[in-house]
This record gives sequence, structure tokens and C-alpha cells, in this order.
Amino acid sequence: MLVTYIEAIRQAMDEELARDGNVLLMGEDVGVMGGAFKASAGLQEKHGADRVVDMPISESLIVGAGVGLAVQGMRPILEMQFIDFISCGFDQIVNSAATLRYRHGGQTACPIVVRGPSGGGVHGGLYHSQNPEAWFCHVPGLKVVAPATAYDAKGLLKSAIRDDDPVIYFEHKFLYRRIKEEIPAEEYLVPIGKAALRKEGRDLTVIAYGAPVHAVMKAARDMATEVDIEVIDLRTLLPIDWATVKASVRKTGKVLIVHEARLTGGIGGEVAARIAQDCFEDLDGPVMRLGARDVHTPFAPALEDYVLPNQEKITEAIRKLAAY
Amino acid sequence: MTEQKDRDLYRRLRLIREFEDRISALDKQGKLMGGVYSGKGQEAVTVGFCHDLRWDDWIFPLHRDLGAYLVKGADPKRLMAQIFGKREGFAKGKDSYLHGGDLPNGIFGATSMLAATLPVAAGMAYKFKIRKEDRVAIAFFGEGASSRGDVHEAMNFAGVHKLPVVFVCENNFYAYSTPNELQFGVDDVADRAAGYGFKGEVVNGNDLHDVMKAAGKAIDRARKGDGPTLVECKTYRYHGHSEHDRADYRSEEELITWESRDPIFLWENYLEKRKYDIDAIRKETTGEVTRIVEEAVAFAEAGQAPEGPEAMEDLYAMPIETEAR
Repeated sequence: MLVTYIEAIRQAMDEELARDGNVLLMGEDVGVMGGAFKASAGLQEKHGADRVVDMPISESLIVGAGVGLAVQGMRPILEMQFIDFISCGFDQIVNSAATLRYRHGGQTACPIVVRGPSGGGVHGGLYHSQNPEAWFCHVPGLKVVAPATAYDAKGLLKSAIRDDDPVIYFEHKFLYRRIKEEIPAEEYLVPIGKAALRKEGRDLTVIAYGAPVHAVMKAARDMATEVDIEVIDLRTLLPIDWATVKASVRKTGKVLIVHEARLTGGIGGEVAARIAQDCFEDLDGPVMRLGARDVHTPFAPALEDYVLPNQEKITEAIRKLAAY
Repeated sequence: MTEQKDRDLYRRLRLIREFEDRISALDKQGKLMGGVYSGKGQEAVTVGFCHDLRWDDWIFPLHRDLGAYLVKGADPKRLMAQIFGKREGFAKGKDSYLHGGDLPNGIFGATSMLAATLPVAAGMAYKFKIRKEDRVAIAFFGEGASSRGDVHEAMNFAGVHKLPVVFVCENNFYAYSTPNELQFGVDDVADRAAGYGFKGEVVNGNDLHDVMKAAGKAIDRARKGDGPTLVECKTYRYHGHSEHDRADYRSEEELITWESRDPIFLWENYLEKRKYDIDAIRKETTGEVTRIVEEAVAFAEAGQAPEGPEAMEDLYAMPIETEAR
């Protein structure tokens, strides 16, 4: 069936709410209104107000209450209306949820999913454009995923809901209604911790996740006569699928990491460091990174475009790497 | 009050309304980007609290309080340029709407994290207190934001130190789609003031007289060193949470009920009963506010769009060394 990225998210929640009575969805305006972006349209009507819950404006509560529910064996999906607001629930995520199992010596699981719209490119300004995934990749005990396709959006969300650990699920709002894909009518899962080889190539590897995967794929197609690019979509950012990453780097010897999040302290740095250490002998060029400039994501179009990676910057970075 | 003052208040209400209406129209025409959060219907709250403030007092408006900007002294031209994301706006295009305050006029810019301004207002009021400055901070927040921890932390601290701050809750009954009964278990947010050791009061936020009376008392109390007050103004936003929101979650009857209690309508009624020449006042005011808003739009439209590299400015006091990337 042909679905948008956001419809895939809605289906994943709908199916899991139907499959498992312990699954809940909690968030601001998720019920009557069906969510600010309509990711939960119709779900309260179908599954009841006890299980699709309109919450007060209280992100710390939403996550904290989710932890309490999880200890009781429930599997709450916790929506941040914009992922930018996840900072308001930060303490409950990094100190309460992430340590829950550890500090109880393994006595309990913490099967929560915190999800919400991230990403820029929509003139959202400083507080509706953020990509805060790196904050959470620094926290052991969490799992972090960032799907780029409708297929993965659905499969990864279903896996996240069934996972016994806290999963932070970054959906990209730019993709919500901009991509449409055929996905299977029958049930499927996408495993957490597995990257996807989106395109095979011999000359260099581009590693990306989230919305930039599409720009990277376009570059790979457009530059096909110039350079044979291998594209890896990480899909899961914690834990990273190092086997897939390293196998590709060993084959091509050149690697560029692209993400929309800021460069300094970003996922790209971690990936680059691992490659430099573990694949040193295989490298034919510097491990390169392309991310947003180290500044907040501004509002005015020219400013936002200057800050975020785009097609042109990706092409330029690939050419630079290919020249080594 | 003098006729002049009555008319001045009327002009302020009408200017905000004209500004709001024009922004909604511009949004419909596709001339604006990003979120537009209309405060239409809530004008009496910001006029009531800001009309009598001094230049060196501070306000902390919430996301739909552009009226507070106008009353406190922000230049309508720059406010419009801010909304257009132009270089002439307060944030120079780095963000839009009310995220860029007008600091020289004592107007603090909010983040999108609701009520995150309340602890900031408390901190500022603490400085006013320890430096014995005769100044107050007015912190606006919505009833939805009252559920956030920041509100509790700010009010608790303000109560401990009897700070010169007034907390103004604009209760418009819906936080986006979420009604009061799913937001809190009390009837009135103002009830919570007792838990912090100061007074809470509920007023009709559409009645400018009511708001001014409560505001006057609360501001006096703050100036005299008698500590904070929580004033809850019951009001209503005519539009959705943002212009994209059709507000299907509420009834038309409810909207009409509130429109019949419109703050401008009520004030006109008062002017009429004072036997002023209401037709002449209305006409003159219409001409004046239309002109101000026209000029603001023209200024904003003619304003300069910022260029890419300006994105890196205003990040640190002194630019830090970064390699060109």
C-alpha cells in the first residue's frame, strides 16, 4: 500500500495499540485532535481515551509518568509535540528512564518510546527545527533511532514499542508528507541496531540518516557517471551498526558522514573516530563530515539554508572526497 | 479617568486588533512563513497590565502577546519586520514572532518552551529587590503552561523572597486543543497562589476595567515590597492555536458567546455611556490605527532579508575561531 511517512507512523501506533493492550499513547493534543501533525488521527476514537491520552503541557511528567507505567508492565508511546520540547523532559529521560534498569540491578525493564517531529527545512525557527539526537546518544541505557523512509518509520516504531528498553525515536517532519512509498500490507518489523545499505558503490561511502538520506541518494544518482557512491542509512544511532559501516569503508576506502544536526559533538564525530581507529589501514582519504554549521537553526530562508546541509553542499563534499 | 486616558486605552485596544487582523490576512495571502499565533480577543489583558508600566519595568509576554509589545513601547514597524523575518526585526531574521524581545523597552523574548520565561522574570525581580530598584516584572503565561514545572519553581522562589513580580495567567480555556478540565484539577489557576504564600485573584480578562483594577493593585503591591501576585484573566482566543489550526475542538456557539463579550465592544459601550462622541472617536481611531499598521507593513515589506553568513552572527560576545566549512 502507498503511504506517506507520517501515515506509516500512524499505522505503527494503531497496529501496536490493537495488538497489545498494554500499549498507550500519551502526549499533548494527541487525542481529540489527533496530534499537531495528525500522527495519531482517529486513534483515540478507536482505542479509547484511557489509552490515547491528552496530557497537560508537561514533558517532564509525560516521560516520568511513562516510566511509572513501564514499571507496571505497560508500553507507553510518549509524544513530544515538537522534538525541541524534549529538553523539557530531559531529566526524566537521562536520569530516570535511562538508569531505571541499571540502578535496580536488572529488576525492571523500561519499555517506553519517546517520539516526535524533529528537523528543519520548514522555516520553523529556533524551537521547531532542532535535531537533538546527539544529546541522547551520549546516554547509555537509551536506544536512538531516526528513520528516513516510510517503510522504516513503521517498522522501527513497531520494534521500538516492543523493545524492553527506552527508545528515542526521531521522526523528520520535513518527510511527513513529502515522501510516499509502497509498503507491505502484511505486518513487518525493522530491527533496531541494523543499518541499511541503500546503494552499492565502489568509489566512496556516504553514511547518513534521517532526511539527508534522500539528498544523498539523489547525489549518488546525479553523480553516477562521475563517481560510484555507496550509501549507508544508519537508521539506528545508538547502538550503531558498526559491522555494516566498517565493511563498506573497507571496500571503498573513503567515507563522508552527512547529518542535518550540528557538526560539533554530532554523531558524525563518533562515526569518524571509530573509522579512523578501526579502519586506518583501509582509508584512502580523510574521513569527512558534513553537518549543520555550529549555530542555532535560524528562521529567515537565506539564514536557514546557509546553516543546514543541502544538495549543493552534499555534492561539493562528495567531489572533494572523491578527489583524494 | 479623564477622557483622554479613556480614549488612549481605546486606541491601544484597537491598534492591537488591527495589527492582529492584518497579520492573519498576510498569513492567508502567504506572505508570512512559520507559525502565526493570534491573540485576537485577548487585548484587554495586555493593555490592562502594560498601559501604566514605566519604561524601566519589564514584561515577559507569552507567544500570542504581541499586544504587550505594542503597549510597552515596541516600534510597530520593527515588530512587523520581526514577524516578516527581516533584518530590521528584533532578531534580525534569526527567529520570528515573539522570540526576539525588544530589550531596550523592557520586553523579553520568549522561547517556544512555554512558561520558561517565568523563572527568568523571578530572577530579574530578585535583582530589582536586592538592588532596591523601584521596578516590577510582569510575567504572562497561559493556563496550559501552568502545568509546567517552571511555573511552580518560579512562583515558589518569588514567594520565598517576596519578589516584585506579577504572574499573569491568560486563561483562554484551550491549550491548543486541550481544555481546562484535562489541564488541571482546580477551577482556577489563581487558587495555586496560596501554595506559594501570596495572593491569587481571578478577573474577567475581557473587561479592561476589571483587568486594570487587578493589575493596579498587584503592581502597587510589588512596588511596595509586599511581594508577588498571581492574577488569572479569563479570556478567549478567537482564532485557533495558530493560523493553521481550525479549532474544531470547540463549538461555534462558544466562540459566539465570547465574541459577544468582546473587550473592544465592552470598552466602546463604556465610552458611549460616558457620553463621549463614540462615532467620532471610532472614526478617528480607525484612521490612526490603520495608518500605523499600513506603515508597519510597508516598512516590513521594504525591509532587507538577511543574507546567509549573518546566521553566524550574534552567537557569542566575541566571535570564536572556527574554520571555514
